[in-house]
Amino acid sequence: MNNNGTAKSAHFIDQDRRLGWAMLSPAVIYIVGFIGVPFVLAILLSFSNATVGSPGIHKLVGFENYISLLHQPTFTTALKNSILITFLTLVILLVLATILSELLAIEFRYKKVFQTLLILPWAMPVSLAAIAWLWLLDSQFSPIDWMLTQIGILGPGGFLGPARHLYYLGRDVLAIASIVTVNIWRLLPLATVIVLAGRLSIPQDRFDQAKIDGAGFFRTLFSITIPALMPVLTVAILFTALVVFGDMTTVALLTRGGPGHASQVLPYWAFLQGIQGGDLAGGAAVALFMLPILLVVAILALRIAYRSEEA
Amino acid sequence: MNKSLRNTGFYGGLLLFTLFAVFPALWGVITVFKKSADLYTPTADPFLYHPGPTFSHLSYLFTSTSFMTFAMNSIIIGVCVVAITLLLSVPAAYALARLSGSWGARSGMALFLVYLIPPTLLFLPMYQVVTFLGLADSIWGLVAVYPTITVPFCTWLLLGFFKSIPGDLDEAAMIDGCSRFGAFLRVALPLALPGIGACVVFAFSLQLSDYIYAATFITSTGSMPISVGVPTQLVRGDVFFWQSLMAADVIVAIPLAIAYGLLFDKLVSGFQSAETSATHA
Repeated sequence: MNNNGTAKSAHFIDQDRRLGWAMLSPAVIYIVGFIGVPFVLAILLSFSNATVGSPGIHKLVGFENYISLLHQPTFTTALKNSILITFLTLVILLVLATILSELLAIEFRYKKVFQTLLILPWAMPVSLAAIAWLWLLDSQFSPIDWMLTQIGILGPGGFLGPARHLYYLGRDVLAIASIVTVNIWRLLPLATVIVLAGRLSIPQDRFDQAKIDGAGFFRTLFSITIPALMPVLTVAILFTALVVFGDMTTVALLTRGGPGHASQVLPYWAFLQGIQGGDLAGGAAVALFMLPILLVVAILALRIAYRSEEA
Repeated sequence: MNKSLRNTGFYGGLLLFTLFAVFPALWGVITVFKKSADLYTPTADPFLYHPGPTFSHLSYLFTSTSFMTFAMNSIIIGVCVVAITLLLSVPAAYALARLSGSWGARSGMALFLVYLIPPTLLFLPMYQVVTFLGLADSIWGLVAVYPTITVPFCTWLLLGFFKSIPGDLDEAAMIDGCSRFGAFLRVALPLALPGIGACVVFAFSLQLSDYIYAATFITSTGSMPISVGVPTQLVRGDVFFWQSLMAADVIVAIPLAIAYGLLFDKLVSGFQSAETSATHA
């Protein structure tokens, strides 16, 4: 892996190190300039009184922005919803991705066609996907409502009530359920690819041995596949948790945080405050509330990954 | 387990997953060709065409909306972002994989942590930076900012690819008289081409998928990329031009889905090598 083992003159290693820095530095300089600087600015901004009208950070106001956040009921709702939506999405996503990767670990005819169809949600730009779902869940013309009415679940006499529509985006619980569904739909291909990569790395002889020992499908799944997948599943959790938690597009286009603020989430609330409301400092404070939660998720997942490595 | 039962379970499951994946797009395709009178009759079977299909909404998208402007903007931004990403990521990934020893593993982890910072955390200060650079409301502002999304991810992915290429190959080339940089150009780079190809697709689709930066920086219709132009400009107040909207959706989604579909196995093996290098760091 590394070249310390091979015998080389000190001059050569020295030259290597200089070349390494030369190749690395453009990326590092860009990342420091365009991620590091804005990151520090984000923190400064949240302690300032900057607005879109006067965007400079002239005066630091301490924790004022944070304190006023805690008095906003919308902020509390957004924080709760962000955690709830991320949690629900992840749990269901991991179960579905594990099942789907089991299916795709097998060779079958027309596999390429199925793979292309299955990966479609990931290929679609998020905002366009959200628009497609907005139309699919339309209050009047949703084909799902129509199908439910046809089989007698919805509409007069149906057990979901006489109404012909469920108004997915107009009711508190259904609005959140819709966002979770779109998140799962959108991230299932990514999660499946990550889990499948881990699934295919499990040595085949372990499965052969299980078969000889007479283990059935579910026995094999729970005592061989899932334990072996644990490090990979943590990678999948990290990737998807971050995407779900940090995303505002789905909410912005699908429910606009509504009805009322019932499906409001942190990133969209930050956008509404910071850009549409013109309160740069307040918006930055909302956005920074994501940081400790992201850090906790990252540290937990990395620790689990290392622990299962040692075991 | 019974073999035929197992087969039924397998194909049943596969079909359910596939239907879930394609249903919104399928509904979009059906919608594109619907006449408005047919579309807005709630009692009619939504999956059939009652007075027959029409192409007028498809041509409306190309002739009477700014869709082509959005598409051109997205392509220009995409090409520039892919070029910048490759220029920064490929050498960085090689340097991290080969030249830095154990220090490289830690940098790989740092890179991954940078990738964990979502754009929604940075968009407000980024708006200040872009305004400061005089690039607000211009596609060049997006070109400057999108590599923040693509560079960490692509470097991390390429790191796995470069690590999966045996270092002995470079050394052999160097014994044959190549310099280290020559070995990178002539040996490692050609072998990493599949990974670089995956990065091109990823970088392009990641920039296409961004909504928050474009929604924050861009206010004039002429500078909008697809992701912001389509959902905001094809809607007049509360009136959604659903057929044209769905046409835009489907036209963008299908080629991308095919590209991703062709790359499926490459993606899996990319993550395989990335996972091995991440967990064995």
